[in-house]
Amino acid sequence: MDLTLDEFADAVGRSGAVSITGDGTRGGPVRSVPIVRAPAGIVSVDPAEMTVCCGAGTPVDELAEALAEQGQRVVLPPGGTVGGAMAVGRSDLRRLGDGALRDAVLQVRYVSAAGEVVKAGGPTVKNVSGFDLCRLLVGSRGTLGFFGEVIFRTRPVARFQGWYAVDGDPWDLLAGLYRPVSVLWDGIRTWVLLEGHPDDVAAQAARFDLRPAEGPPDLPTGGRWSLPPSALPALSSEGPGTFVAEIGVGVVHHVDPPPSRPVDPATRRLHERLKQRFDPAGRLNPGVSVLAGD
Amino acid sequence: MRPRRHAADDLPPRLVAVADALCRRLRPDQVRVGATETHLYRRDASNMSSPAGIVCFAESTDDVRAVVEVAHRTGTPFVARGSGTGLAGGAVPPEGAIVVSTAKMNRILSVDHVNRLAWVEPGVLNLDLSRRIAHLGVHFAPDPSSQQTCSIGGNVANNSGGPHCLADGVTSAHVHALEVVLPDGSVTVFGGEDPEPEGYDLRGAFVGSEGMLGIATKVCVRLMHNPPAVATLLLDFATVRDGAQLVSDVIADGMVPAAMEMMDQLCLRAVEQYIHAGLPVEQAAALLIEVVGLPAAVEADVGRIGELAAACGVGGIRVAADEAERALLWKGRKSAFGAIANIEPNYYLHDTVVPRHRLPDVLEQVYEIAGRYDLKVLNVFHAGDGNLHPLLLYDATEEGVRERVKAAGEEIVRASVAAGGVLSGEHGIGLEKRDLMPLMFSQVDLAAQEAMRQAFDPALLANPNKVLPNPATCGDIHRIPEGAWI
Repeated sequence: MDLTLDEFADAVGRSGAVSITGDGTRGGPVRSVPIVRAPAGIVSVDPAEMTVCCGAGTPVDELAEALAEQGQRVVLPPGGTVGGAMAVGRSDLRRLGDGALRDAVLQVRYVSAAGEVVKAGGPTVKNVSGFDLCRLLVGSRGTLGFFGEVIFRTRPVARFQGWYAVDGDPWDLLAGLYRPVSVLWDGIRTWVLLEGHPDDVAAQAARFDLRPAEGPPDLPTGGRWSLPPSALPALSSEGPGTFVAEIGVGVVHHVDPPPSRPVDPATRRLHERLKQRFDPAGRLNPGVSVLAGD
Repeated sequence: MRPRRHAADDLPPRLVAVADALCRRLRPDQVRVGATETHLYRRDASNMSSPAGIVCFAESTDDVRAVVEVAHRTGTPFVARGSGTGLAGGAVPPEGAIVVSTAKMNRILSVDHVNRLAWVEPGVLNLDLSRRIAHLGVHFAPDPSSQQTCSIGGNVANNSGGPHCLADGVTSAHVHALEVVLPDGSVTVFGGEDPEPEGYDLRGAFVGSEGMLGIATKVCVRLMHNPPAVATLLLDFATVRDGAQLVSDVIADGMVPAAMEMMDQLCLRAVEQYIHAGLPVEQAAALLIEVVGLPAAVEADVGRIGELAAACGVGGIRVAADEAERALLWKGRKSAFGAIANIEPNYYLHDTVVPRHRLPDVLEQVYEIAGRYDLKVLNVFHAGDGNLHPLLLYDATEEGVRERVKAAGEEIVRASVAAGGVLSGEHGIGLEKRDLMPLMFSQVDLAAQEAMRQAFDPALLANPNKVLPNPATCGDIHRIPEGAWI
């Protein structure tokens, strides 16, 4: 890594407002306060353990390239830095098949509001030792601590993968295909990502009359909605070209911003108590909130 | 109304008042203070115990909330209990605690097999869920060896694993949402059916928190497609090291079998005596590997595993010819613990994880440690995950043997962590490994975990004194009581 964790902790310091940035592709840092960067660089890639360790400032694409050389991959959405992707916590279009980004995080070392390096989780693919701070931190937008170094679980790259399209009911495909990696729907067309043994993929595609496609459709960028997957059929009343929905998952890429969602008072109080315990002076990413309406 | 009592009433006056308060909120038959119940619920499946103060049988979220509100108001510790199959003492009641049994909350509330999720109550048994939805072509992936009796609520509390978690991950990856009664009695939902709920991942924080952040009253689980093709292989080896090498080679080759389980010779012999499956009892170890998926992939993987196994000096490869043979091989794996009774009356089951490439070295250390303490050890474990399960066998009537077993167990944990591993892969920390947490975590790391816990439970009433050692206040309250280890 280009910076040690202790150097990173020194940069964060122990007092005063501070923000963190990666490549600025997911919103960037809080302006008008000192800004730090996490260590960048790959520490180790170990296909036999299905793990990779890297600095949080490592570009996602650089990590993906290094893993691909070893026949491995990790479920991070492309672009930006590893730490940025983890701070936002969003998964990419492969979530249906690969699971959520948060589930791939095995261990993190982060810098706390007290300027200390804290370890959460463990380096092995299976671990239930102590409370699961890793899950709490993924998606916390740098409000509880700043990621310094992370160990991910990786997966082998499939023998074959291909995008397909069809003018069919996406729910028939979701129910009938064996573990599709992605099923996307714009109200009219359905796109499917299949992977595995080429003979299996060909057989699945033939059974549902799927035609090869260039890739996924262009995604509307006006808003990212999060709906229960059972609510997606109701989107058919929206105009054509207004959305692409991740079937079986519930992420909707929409031309409009997402509708606001109420937050339960008990949950809101718990958020406040967590922030108070982890960052009593409110110095980490000041002004950033993970709850709507704040 | 008074709670039913079945024995001489020696309840401390403070608990009498608590029991009376509980009886005003629940039916009296749901609140028990008699010796039968307080002793019955004094332990889980670990070697530790401590009598319950009051036992409550919850039948609904409202019941759980009522109990927790009384606990909160009266400053009484409480602990949720599912089936009591935990192995780390997580459900052993803190002194004078209210035990909240969720065993009667056992309804499957809804199943959406197309979007593959289901809402269940915490008392639903793990295997019952998968059996009752099998006709829909889906199942719940975590499958602990205790899956016939363990509950989904217990799986949530311990972030449980099982043989088939190698490919699909542990419980945390299979829980979308939780309805939770927080330690102050408020009811909320963490996570959601939607993929990106607002705020912190409180769902993820809650799973594996061993009952210390509240009580789950409904669980939205993720379901997985049943695989269209399955191949189950039993491969035997002249040395444990050869078998362990194959495990690493398979993963490094880009395959992730659904399960890779190892049994050593003592285990094979015990199980063979019990199920008569023709197991390779003359060999040092056997690997049970299961490959699932679509037919061409399964066939290709089986072929490739055979090639890799040959390079590792495999003795024989047995491929289950049909479902009956597959079931028999799995019965051998899952009945290993019961079969041990043929060797010694008691066993102490451990649970650590090491990096896969350290498996042979750490296993050698496990045998060496057991030998030094004059104990038999049997290994049956999730080799694919590097998740060791050494069973130390003993006869509890033998004088001084418990101390030897306990000391040997602790050495095994230390050896695993020293090899770059972790304290627990799926059993949790509970009371058993609480005081070993500093092997893995610094005081700063532990303080961060304590901060999260106190945000959820400022009054420290939810299953207190588990998981986190507390040297700052290491008075009697934090001591594991003498005689708790039975």
